[in-house]
Amino acid sequence: MFSLERWQEIFETISKNKLRTFLTGFSVGSGIFILVILLGVSVGFQNGIENQFQNDAENIINIYPGETSIEYEGFNEGRRIQLKNEDYALVTKSSSNEIEYSSSMYQIFAGLITYKSESGSYRVEGVMPDYQFLEKAEIIEGRFINTNDLDGNEKYVVIGNRVKKDLFKEGSPIGKQVKISGLNFKVIGVYTDPGGDREEGRVYVPLTTAQIVFGAGTDIRSIGLTLPKEDNYDLALKNSSAFAAKIEQLLKKKLQIAPKDESAIYINNNIENTKEVYILIGAMRVFFWGVGIATLLAGIIGVSNIMLIIVKERTKEIGIRKALGAEPLSIVGMILHESIFVTAISGLLGLIFGLVLLEVVGPYIELDFIRNPSVNFSIAVSTLILLIAAGAIAGFFPAWRGAKIKPIDALRDE
Amino acid sequence: MIEIKDLHKSYKMGKNSLHVLKGINFSVKEGELVSIMGSSGSGKSTLLNILGMLDEADSGSYTLDGVPIKNLNEKLAAQYRNKFLGFIFQSFNLINYKSALDNVALPLYYQGVNRAERMERSMAYLEKVGLAKWASHKPNELSGGQKQRVAIARALASDPKVLLADELTGALDSKTSYEIMDLIQQINDEGRTILVVTHEEDIAQMTKRIVNLKDGVIIDDKYVNQVRAIQNV
Repeated sequence: MFSLERWQEIFETISKNKLRTFLTGFSVGSGIFILVILLGVSVGFQNGIENQFQNDAENIINIYPGETSIEYEGFNEGRRIQLKNEDYALVTKSSSNEIEYSSSMYQIFAGLITYKSESGSYRVEGVMPDYQFLEKAEIIEGRFINTNDLDGNEKYVVIGNRVKKDLFKEGSPIGKQVKISGLNFKVIGVYTDPGGDREEGRVYVPLTTAQIVFGAGTDIRSIGLTLPKEDNYDLALKNSSAFAAKIEQLLKKKLQIAPKDESAIYINNNIENTKEVYILIGAMRVFFWGVGIATLLAGIIGVSNIMLIIVKERTKEIGIRKALGAEPLSIVGMILHESIFVTAISGLLGLIFGLVLLEVVGPYIELDFIRNPSVNFSIAVSTLILLIAAGAIAGFFPAWRGAKIKPIDALRDE
Repeated sequence: MIEIKDLHKSYKMGKNSLHVLKGINFSVKEGELVSIMGSSGSGKSTLLNILGMLDEADSGSYTLDGVPIKNLNEKLAAQYRNKFLGFIFQSFNLINYKSALDNVALPLYYQGVNRAERMERSMAYLEKVGLAKWASHKPNELSGGQKQRVAIARALASDPKVLLADELTGALDSKTSYEIMDLIQQINDEGRTILVVTHEEDIAQMTKRIVNLKDGVIIDDKYVNQVRAIQNV
């Protein structure tokens, strides 16, 4: 199979049958290309839908404090609950391997922000780095808040796109100083949020800085977190409900709240509102897999057909080779070797072409329902391997039959 | 060189069975140039196919250069064909995407000869048939006579014991036919055993022995005074 002589023979055959080689290669290559594009568009659709329906992470769990409604352990009812840094630490430490992203938050609703002569009133939120993912905020300039900013109580601010438009008109705001409640903050980033103007009219500062600047001590307003995504809605719901119940119990015990008190801690599990999205995405996935498998099937049938025709066309050549002393196995080997070589090379070209196209054009596609189409590389490679194997199997039977043909039949004049 | 005893062959055509060879006894010594003659349907092509191991007899024995040819599997048949026999066909049967040189080299490829030696030996045989200048041409750029010369060079390339030619002049005009026969006679003069199947009397007269086949049996087997083809060119 790997002898140099065989390769020379194959190359000679391939290079001297350019049209046949081209047609085989083209059908395999274009099949793979279409499949890659299709898979990419399906991912793009999924991204687009998620983006359309979701302002925040769809699986976010928000924890807010309230007032007690039942007296408990010597405390009167009507007591206001205040969450603190230590509560956040308790929640995250208790389930650190279940949580994907988490952040606590302290905000003031109307902070006066001034840049030169422009000013406006915006919500100022002190947050942690993960908050970007909970809010689905996308950085368009600069960067988001990081752990160093938190540790150093840096006076940095990440502003929403609307704030940028209001205060800066044009030019980059990165590195500029703005005044928040009279104090100077340096702008380090601009974000955009699928929630639109409402959610882009906020600014984010490090949580620690906010607590100091606004005199909040270790108080926090809420805790947000997500669990890793599940493909199956029911499983996702079950996991997050169980998780929410566990957290609620933990916090009630720590904050001395009656287990049956329903107004002291609110746990808002966003996943309960996203059933439709999950169903839609699930249906789309099934649809695109169906289309993908159909395309692949069409590709396999196409390749098999070509193999059949090639062997048919070469019947006479096979007869000649046999008369000259070719063994049946060497005939089968020759045909398969050639077909695998051609399908592999052209399939690879189709794959690369498709991936490059998605990579180059993909990020520019931001239609309402298609965002950033991309494709899972391992899926693409395994489809390629499948197609080559199908071509080889499809080529094997006619090749085998061809090798079995008696030379006299093959050589008989028509 | 060739020993055939009581060879029978019949073909099934639907429900009927067609008895083509009805007990052929026949032998060829080394260095002979034999023509097998007969009208179409006489069984001459069937006999040649069996001699060429392209087909199998139903009964009877066939010995080639002392080797009994019986119950061969495909692989062994292929090896024997490569080692013992060179074929020349009426329709040349050259591979049309390969150059003349590569066509001649093909039997050597299946003998496992390396490329450099293949090319060298093939070139020598092309020279022998007078086509060295045409080595790089494809079959469709050659005339009928040239194609048959390439086919003869190819048949010789594996240095076989016996050359089997099936109506080798059937697709050629008389002048070219005689030129080809002249080449065949020269090769025979060097001692190579050659069997020619033909239905043309003048071609048969250019061999040394004529075997006449009719309805599956040999009706006549005689040595003749060979007519040298070169006289007719």
